[in-house]
Amino acid sequence: MSVRTALTVPRLRRLDPLGALLAGAGAVAAVFLPFVVLKSNRIVPGDPRGLLDALPAWGALGCQAVLICAAIAALGVSNARVRLGAALLGVAAVALAVAAAGDALTPAGNKVVRVAPGAGFWVLLMCLGLMATDAVTRMRPGPGLRVLFLALSIVVAGLALAHGTFDHLSVMREYAVNADRFAREARQHVWLALGSLAAAVLVALPIGILCHRVPRLRSGVLGTLNVIQTIPAIALFGILMVPLAALAAAVPLAAALGIRGIGAAPAAVALFLYSLLPIAANTVAGLKRVPRAAVEAARGMGMTSWQILTGIELILALPVILTGIRIVLVQNIGMVTVAALIGGGGLGTFVFQGIGQTAIDLVLLGAIPIVALAFSAAVVLDALAEVLDRARQ
Amino acid sequence: MISVENLSKQYGATTVVDGVSMVIERNSITVIVGTSGSGKSTLLRMINRLIEPTRGRVLIDGHDTTGEPAHLLRRRIGYAIQGHGLFPHRTVAENIATVPRLLGWDEARIRARVEELLLVFQLDPGAYAGAFPHQLSGGQQQRVGVARALAAEPAVLLMDEPFGALDPIIRAKAQDDLLDIQRRFGTTIVLVTHDMDEAFRLGDHVAVMSHGRLLQYDRPAVLLTRPADPFVSRMTGVSDRAMRLLSLTTAGEAALPGVSEGPAVAAAASLREVLSELLWRGADSAVVMDADGTRRGYLTIAAILERGRPG
Repeated sequence: MSVRTALTVPRLRRLDPLGALLAGAGAVAAVFLPFVVLKSNRIVPGDPRGLLDALPAWGALGCQAVLICAAIAALGVSNARVRLGAALLGVAAVALAVAAAGDALTPAGNKVVRVAPGAGFWVLLMCLGLMATDAVTRMRPGPGLRVLFLALSIVVAGLALAHGTFDHLSVMREYAVNADRFAREARQHVWLALGSLAAAVLVALPIGILCHRVPRLRSGVLGTLNVIQTIPAIALFGILMVPLAALAAAVPLAAALGIRGIGAAPAAVALFLYSLLPIAANTVAGLKRVPRAAVEAARGMGMTSWQILTGIELILALPVILTGIRIVLVQNIGMVTVAALIGGGGLGTFVFQGIGQTAIDLVLLGAIPIVALAFSAAVVLDALAEVLDRARQ
Repeated sequence: MISVENLSKQYGATTVVDGVSMVIERNSITVIVGTSGSGKSTLLRMINRLIEPTRGRVLIDGHDTTGEPAHLLRRRIGYAIQGHGLFPHRTVAENIATVPRLLGWDEARIRARVEELLLVFQLDPGAYAGAFPHQLSGGQQQRVGVARALAAEPAVLLMDEPFGALDPIIRAKAQDDLLDIQRRFGTTIVLVTHDMDEAFRLGDHVAVMSHGRLLQYDRPAVLLTRPADPFVSRMTGVSDRAMRLLSLTTAGEAALPGVSEGPAVAAAASLREVLSELLWRGADSAVVMDADGTRRGYLTIAAILERGRPG
């Protein structure tokens, strides 16, 4: 008896709590939720299909076998590499299954019928994605390896899209219709996010340095930026419309440059204003982290203020400043979406059009790339901050 | 030679340094000692103009220090502080090379100087040149801090409580090293400390400060035997002043010509150490030997005791 407890207790303890939750949720999703939804056109509610109804029997069984393996790995395997491998295999199986369901359920030559991924697919994808992320975290990969993982994922997804693997799915149908607009709005999205970030860095960095040098300014300046941060985006667009419209009316050059009460100009200004606080605050925090003795010694040895700032202080503060830039970039990529409301363009255009037409596929055409962009930006900037921090500690 | 002329610093109504005048001799170690808030650090920092004086001036070799931009002045004066202040993102070699780089030395000369200094401070260049400060022990970091201050061969080295963060054993070693360095490079060193033992151990001259005023500035023995102010005698300590006085003279300096029986003592040992040795051994006299083993002379307990009295 005691021998049996000795054997079973450690085994039970090894049952992974997160793995159990994910496996449970995945199992419920696979069994009870529709894997795909078959709609007779892009707007009407659809007809839910389970994995077995959507795929040829061998495909459904194969996919289920892979999912069961992933569940076993999630529950009982502690080796992070195996867990990651199982999760990625699961993602591949689910993705291929949904693509195959699209091919199987779409009648040949029919451009009206839509096969959309169902709740079951999304929950499975989320569970497997979390399992993969968790496994990656446990492996503690270096920054280079994390960027490599990201690049590989992008290449695989890109190849699958280019190959047309998902062409029969509803989202890709929407893409096919909107292909040229998609490229334009995606460019506009990235341009708005990066442009407002660059302008904010140019302004917020000196503000942060000034707040560090003159402590009396700190609470007032950061407080003001904080208030801006609390204004809802829509309200800020509204507030900016009046002065920008007046500017365009008064100064022909401004109007010629595309500055108007609505459109990209107020969107860019609003994003710029939102970006100031995280960068300025992190600049102050980063500079505060610089050892006082190092600055004192630098001054005592005859370095000029500029040499101390650029050669010592900013370099030691850079990892913290980069964290602020990361926050802003991810925040901007998300917030540009709302700019579509005032004609600012960007991928949000598809989101709001989709909402207007109750065409959820169109919403996804905007939303999925936004999430992917934000996630990629976060991974890359995190890695960069870590590389710098490691080199300079 | 550094001349401090009637130097004062005021912040609003508060006077931190009050009309200090002193002449610091070339090739010597001058220690400024005082309690915290005595103005000793401010005085030191006015020499390289990290703090600009309210009144008075500082001359180095006859030239007014305000005659050139402050940062150029500081590149000619070494500066070492408590807690070393090494740049955490630069290697030991890069840290030491800071001022030579600012002065635009060529790379070969910088490399040679860095290597020389690492050897002087007993750090193997192969092992430490490429190391980062956080990989060093506290004593090693402190040595690199002093090496960095000396990198551009300054004639003057200012040190602000340089050994304050070290434990007693490492501190004693660092003080010995500093005496060696001073002899080797002939640098004029001005050092600030609150530790009277350190002042007596290192200083050719000691300046005692209190409430911004310079109370006395003289050789350590004079501070003991003829204190100018009750505060000076409190700082130097009354209870063991005789022993302190003995510690200021070496056996070699006090040795009597002639031959005597007794244990051998080194000429470099202080009279305090010789007396302790004689008490321990129950002997009345000692033979003073030079480092190369030749007899310098002899010492008796009575002769040593004679040296422990004022005047």
